[in-house]
Amino acid sequence: MSTTPAVTRSTIEDLLFREAELLDNWQLEEWLTLYTDDACYYVPSTDLPRDADPDKALFFIADDRQRLGERVTRLMKKGAHSEYPRSRTRHLVSNVQIKRVEGDEITALAAFVTFRSKNGVTDTYMGSAHYRLRRMDGQLRIREKRCILDLEALRPHGRISIIL
Amino acid sequence: MTASASKARGMVRVDDGNATFRVSRQAFVKPEVMAAEYAAIFDKCWLYIGHESELPNPGDFLTRNVANRKLLFTRDRAGTLRAFFNTCPHRGAEVCRDARGNAKSFTCFYHGWVFGNDGKLKSLPDDARYAPNFNSNGSADLVPVARFDSYAGFCFVCFDPDAVPLPAYLAGAKEYLDLIAGQSESGMTIVEGTQQYAIRANWKLLVENSFDGYHALTTHSTYLDYLKNTNGGLASVALAGRGHDLGNGHAVIEYSAPWGRPIAQWIPMWGEEGKKSTDAVIARLTLRHGEEAAKRIAFKNRNMLIFPNLVINDIMAITVRTFYPVTPDYMMVDGYALAPREESEFARKYRLHNFLEFLGPGGFATPDDVEALESCQQGFRNLDFAPWSDISKGMNCDEQRYDDEMQMRAFWQGWQQRIDSLNGGQE
Repeated sequence: MSTTPAVTRSTIEDLLFREAELLDNWQLEEWLTLYTDDACYYVPSTDLPRDADPDKALFFIADDRQRLGERVTRLMKKGAHSEYPRSRTRHLVSNVQIKRVEGDEITALAAFVTFRSKNGVTDTYMGSAHYRLRRMDGQLRIREKRCILDLEALRPHGRISIIL
Repeated sequence: MTASASKARGMVRVDDGNATFRVSRQAFVKPEVMAAEYAAIFDKCWLYIGHESELPNPGDFLTRNVANRKLLFTRDRAGTLRAFFNTCPHRGAEVCRDARGNAKSFTCFYHGWVFGNDGKLKSLPDDARYAPNFNSNGSADLVPVARFDSYAGFCFVCFDPDAVPLPAYLAGAKEYLDLIAGQSESGMTIVEGTQQYAIRANWKLLVENSFDGYHALTTHSTYLDYLKNTNGGLASVALAGRGHDLGNGHAVIEYSAPWGRPIAQWIPMWGEEGKKSTDAVIARLTLRHGEEAAKRIAFKNRNMLIFPNLVINDIMAITVRTFYPVTPDYMMVDGYALAPREESEFARKYRLHNFLEFLGPGGFATPDDVEALESCQQGFRNLDFAPWSDISKGMNCDEQRYDDEMQMRAFWQGWQQRIDSLNGGQE
């Protein structure tokens, strides 16, 4: 019998709110430390089923941990023209639910709305974020984040140059 | 001639003596120019509607927007591909409101008229209230698009009944479509998942950008850094190649490049399994096409524009992309991944990862293209004082390199000729 305290919604909310804060502050290297070394980050294309496989279908984003790290490295450079000058963002996270707890692996679901302002326009990205979390050394880390956009198409935005 | 056409003349200025080629920035901004483009180009040219692999079975259908028209693309019961205007001949509603599917018939939800997947009216409620010979002339059937044809699996429509046949229209582009189709023994297929997005810029900026070899090192420095950082992400192959004018406004750049190609340029990152996969692909290609053609298919990259707005880029993956202007400063883009149906799981995986790493709204390159195009559009606000864009690179040289701008000049000359031909080209 485990002596680890039960995971509660508020523990998960603390993690997701912290993630949102770091992203909005452009503290991307610190943000990356919330993720496990084998983490994945997915954004499927808008006409795919939510459980689509990135090895078999075309996604917008399908990062393993290595590419996710490169994404951060890239975004911190001036040569990432799409985000230079940097856009202003606001990540809102809500409707958090614990879906399943199996040992140290937790599946959680949240609704998100992310606003991105740059060049005189504000774009809205909204959808559901499907998280697989892992309890490690008494802390919760993100093993997988899959953002399912509610948009019919990525219009009028044309890019997901920020991290959702 | 129409007022819009007259305002779209003289947008291209060629000075052969001084080797300069300039385009008026009004062409990217003025609503009259866009109106002339719809009349002279999108209503006259062959336009891509989809790939035959998207409708493999009788009854399969897709709804697509093509040049602001709502089309219904079907494979009928007999297996024939057909394109219709998606509007009920009765009172106008769309007879199909699903993006895709399989159906024996389409029922208009407004009054219940039913059409076969061959477009014929099959039944209508309360038909006793119509004359016995109602629809004997077919006027209550779905209206087919004037022309439909396909080449090497790529399906096209044309709204102009008098247009030249598709093979003549495609001109030199046919050879390059054959090179794509030749990659597969069982047929090329569009992979599930569409990148549908928008760019707040004129559509012709994306034409230029789609085969612009000149911008890679500056716009995409972070992508190239990424490949360098990736252990074994690059082959020792230099960027080098040529541009070719394919006629009718079509053009291509064909070049070697250091990135991995599932068909079939191996990179160290793919390891032994990958080496076996690419070697096997090359051996099969050599058997079917001979050594020279096989090497061309496997190792050369091709960024091609089929005038006016079909881009087929056979690079680290194959992207098929169309785009239409909604307003002069806003376009809608649809991007698809094309692949050989029979390729290994390994090759498919790397193809898709190659694709989204570079291409599309979440990649390490396309967002910066989007930024560049939108920045150009913002810069065009100054057109009263800075009225011209320059597309001269390479004009002073005999050999046209992949990173020159000859391919863009071919597009622009085709574009201006089409605009000038409105109303028979009468001044």
